[in-house]
Amino acid sequence: MATQDVHAATLDHAHAAGHGHDHHDDHDEHHEQSFIRKYVFSEDHKIIAKQFLITGLLWALLGGALSMLFRLQLGFPNMDWTWLKPVLGNWIVDNKLDPNFYLAMVTMHGTIMVFFVLTAGLSGTFSNFLIPLQVGARDMASGFLNMLSYWFFFISSTLMLISLFIETGPASGGWVIYPPLSALPQAMPGSGMGMTLWLTSMAIFIASSLLGSINYISTVINLRTRGMTFTRMPLTIWAFFLTAVIGILSFPVLFSAALLLIFDRSFGTSFYLSEIYINGQPLDNMGGSPILFQHLFWFLGHPEVYIVLLPALGITSEVIATMSRKPIFGYRAMIGSMIVIAFLSFIVWAHHMFVTGMNPFLGTIFMFLTLIIAVPSAVKAFNYITTLWRGNIIFTPAMLFSIGLVSLFISGGLTGIALGNSAIDIQLHDTYFVVAHFHLVMGSASFFGMMAGVYHWFPKMFGRMMNEKLGYIHFWMTFAGVYLVFFPMHYIGISGFPRRYYSFTSYDTFNMYQDLNSFISVAAIITFGSQLIFGFNFFYSIFRGRRATQNPWLSNSLEWTTPINPGHGNWVGAIPNVYRWPYDYSKPGHALDYIPQNVPHWETLESNLDHENDLIAFEREMEAEALADPQSAH
Amino acid sequence: MTTILFIGAILLLVIFGMLLKVQSMVDVVRGSFSKRAGFSNQVNAVLFLIFLIVGLGLFYWITVDSRQYYLPEAASEHGPKIDNQFWTTMIIITIVFVGTHLLLFTFPYLYQFKESRKATFFPDNHKLEFVWTIIPAIVLTILVLGGFKVWSEVTSPAPANHISFEIVGKQFNWMLRYPGKDGILGKHNFRKIDATNTLGIDFTDKNALDDFMPGEIHIPVGIPVKFNIRSRDVLHSVFAIHFRQKMDAVPGMPTSFWFTPTKTTADMRAETGNPNFTYEIACTEVCGAGHFGMKSKIVVDEPEDYAKWLETQQSFLSQNPDYIKDVPENLRSLAEQQLPKQAATDSATVVKAAASIQ
Repeated sequence: MATQDVHAATLDHAHAAGHGHDHHDDHDEHHEQSFIRKYVFSEDHKIIAKQFLITGLLWALLGGALSMLFRLQLGFPNMDWTWLKPVLGNWIVDNKLDPNFYLAMVTMHGTIMVFFVLTAGLSGTFSNFLIPLQVGARDMASGFLNMLSYWFFFISSTLMLISLFIETGPASGGWVIYPPLSALPQAMPGSGMGMTLWLTSMAIFIASSLLGSINYISTVINLRTRGMTFTRMPLTIWAFFLTAVIGILSFPVLFSAALLLIFDRSFGTSFYLSEIYINGQPLDNMGGSPILFQHLFWFLGHPEVYIVLLPALGITSEVIATMSRKPIFGYRAMIGSMIVIAFLSFIVWAHHMFVTGMNPFLGTIFMFLTLIIAVPSAVKAFNYITTLWRGNIIFTPAMLFSIGLVSLFISGGLTGIALGNSAIDIQLHDTYFVVAHFHLVMGSASFFGMMAGVYHWFPKMFGRMMNEKLGYIHFWMTFAGVYLVFFPMHYIGISGFPRRYYSFTSYDTFNMYQDLNSFISVAAIITFGSQLIFGFNFFYSIFRGRRATQNPWLSNSLEWTTPINPGHGNWVGAIPNVYRWPYDYSKPGHALDYIPQNVPHWETLESNLDHENDLIAFEREMEAEALADPQSAH
Repeated sequence: MTTILFIGAILLLVIFGMLLKVQSMVDVVRGSFSKRAGFSNQVNAVLFLIFLIVGLGLFYWITVDSRQYYLPEAASEHGPKIDNQFWTTMIIITIVFVGTHLLLFTFPYLYQFKESRKATFFPDNHKLEFVWTIIPAIVLTILVLGGFKVWSEVTSPAPANHISFEIVGKQFNWMLRYPGKDGILGKHNFRKIDATNTLGIDFTDKNALDDFMPGEIHIPVGIPVKFNIRSRDVLHSVFAIHFRQKMDAVPGMPTSFWFTPTKTTADMRAETGNPNFTYEIACTEVCGAGHFGMKSKIVVDEPEDYAKWLETQQSFLSQNPDYIKDVPENLRSLAEQQLPKQAATDSATVVKAAASIQ
């Protein structure tokens, strides 16, 4: 412990000197950081990761709670809402939920889940936490930008939260905020102040995301430890790296979309508006195109799906390999498929727009490109299954969630083949089939990835273990629950039920399935309730969990070579060198079923493959170089 | 009350926490933590099998049980082709879905941890990778080509013999306009919209004089029908469910779709056994609080019934003779043909009065 403190202090000095100012507080006489610097405005990637995680989990709770409300409406359209009056106030009109507020909840659920939970909460948490630990770096390339990234996210969160409480309600035009609905306060109450807050919040969120992404990319490229070549990086890092690349290229486009919308709303421009007659008067805006917004939005919106999903897939790759005690099958194919997915994710966006009035020829092109993306996705799914084959599987909660993710990824991905086909999409577009599809493949799968990550790296984050049995209960309830909620939605969608409907009672065509909708709502409430088990387990274990050992999962990657509670700088003494890829599990000839990345090949002669013996001379050289290099020691 | 509930919840949490502590202590005493995988591992492995069997059972049950509600009966010429595409795709993905899940959920059972066994070191196999890259690629190519064919057909220009009308979305209903006897829709201008002329029909265009605005859509069976789609405020989307067509209504950008209806409303009533069957249009692009109620009806008639219906329709001008004042001088006589005799004289007075004021 003492060595650690000294070490942290040394780093601090170097840091302060490097920046030419002293950030120590008055009462910080032992070269320890003050509470505020350590836990609030921290520049340590591990603390920032935890900040992202806890904020993300709180958002997940809120986003989930909103979905419970609209599920009540959908499942029980005749329900008396009076009992919720103390919470929802004037959103209950005549014992009924206000349809405007219904849309507001749908919108906020989408926004919160996509951006605040699955982008910030997932990518923000694990990219921050794992990149330095797994590539062997003391911290992110810029701790300061990293801190800004969280606090921008915090400000953005605050604004979005505030928008829930204003009189006209939060943004309500769907999470895609298509103008003119979102541009005209006359069109719905949520397009007033709520929309302004939404846009402001998102603009700040984008800044946060970009700050994070730049950091992730520079850290991965520049701060890898000796021997950590790109082809020795854990798949988690590859996933975070590619996610950051996608984010940097696509978020600015959303920013421009939002900016133009702000102009249209506040400064009388006509980027998206033309020939509109509303509220008894014609508007002056001429010549704009709502389709332009959709192109800009989905140019982010589609890559966003992969921004959300890739980190989850990366986490899963790592967990499945570790807990199957087997190398991930097709490591290079996994990287290749992620690169292909990342590339293709930029050229499929208009499959969200087949029936928006876009030129049908474009529809053809985008159908082709969209279905191509199914190939690398299929490769990934097959590789996961093959990794399980003849493994020696230990079912930790993280492993359960990872297997669950693969299942959801397959189930949800397959229906994408139907939706990506523009001919079929004519019928299915904006029906519950779509809702079922993306909740499985993107929502639930990514959420499962996030849960897998939390269970797996909890010991590294907090030095304690989460309770496994509660984890099992949490997993099985969630897994069964997710399927019971989203699987039946396919059938509702096949019958043509449109999404974002407050109720279906006025249609003869949609007069069935009320029983199924009630069932889905009950299943959703139980599934949501079972997340409280996780919440309890999480917070309880932070303080009272069983103490962790240094490498509880007997994993190969570098983060488990740090002390149980890694201090600022992560490693005491030199950063370990890396001599091998991270998936040497159950290597024939080796006594144990794992060989950590920092074990050189000259120590594992009995299990080396032929070409690995050739590496030894080079590794000796590298080690000597490391010993001679004063920088690598501290 | 709330305080009691709150204290109760806290107490529950505390008790729960203590139970957890006791449980983990028992585990420590038993030495569960020193084992790499205990009884729980077997339970989880078996649960995967149970999940697989129960899940497939439920999947089968709901698939069979919902058969009555699947894709609503297709009533357009291209409808069955889209359905065919859909079901072909569904069959293929169901096979993959079941196949992959059989593997995904039996492997955990088969390869659960055993202290005595070591996992197979199997990091790569190019042949396997090649196979499962190529097979999906081929299957997807076939599906894309099928989709491409149907999509091109559905989105091709409407045949020359089509009839057309205009459907315009506003918060929160659909408005309709048919061309009169001339078969051509007149121009419109959103600045001319008012409480009566809800579509902003431009009466300076002579084609507009006989346009009429019915309360529900009538189309003849067997003849291609083109929907000219517009919106006057925000995005809407015309979803003609039974005809397998959908298209957004975009303010400032006219869109359209066409199809050939194959079954009259009466046919569908007989076929579905539902004497009240009606073709409905739903809005599928969120447009505000009333989005869920933005419904319209389509009546598919035999061509002769359709002709009869057309006969009974009265032009907008004849119902609202006041608008004759918007008709320019040179079209005035043409416009007056639309009006009933009495109204024509009235309107002439109106116009004169208006002129004298100016």
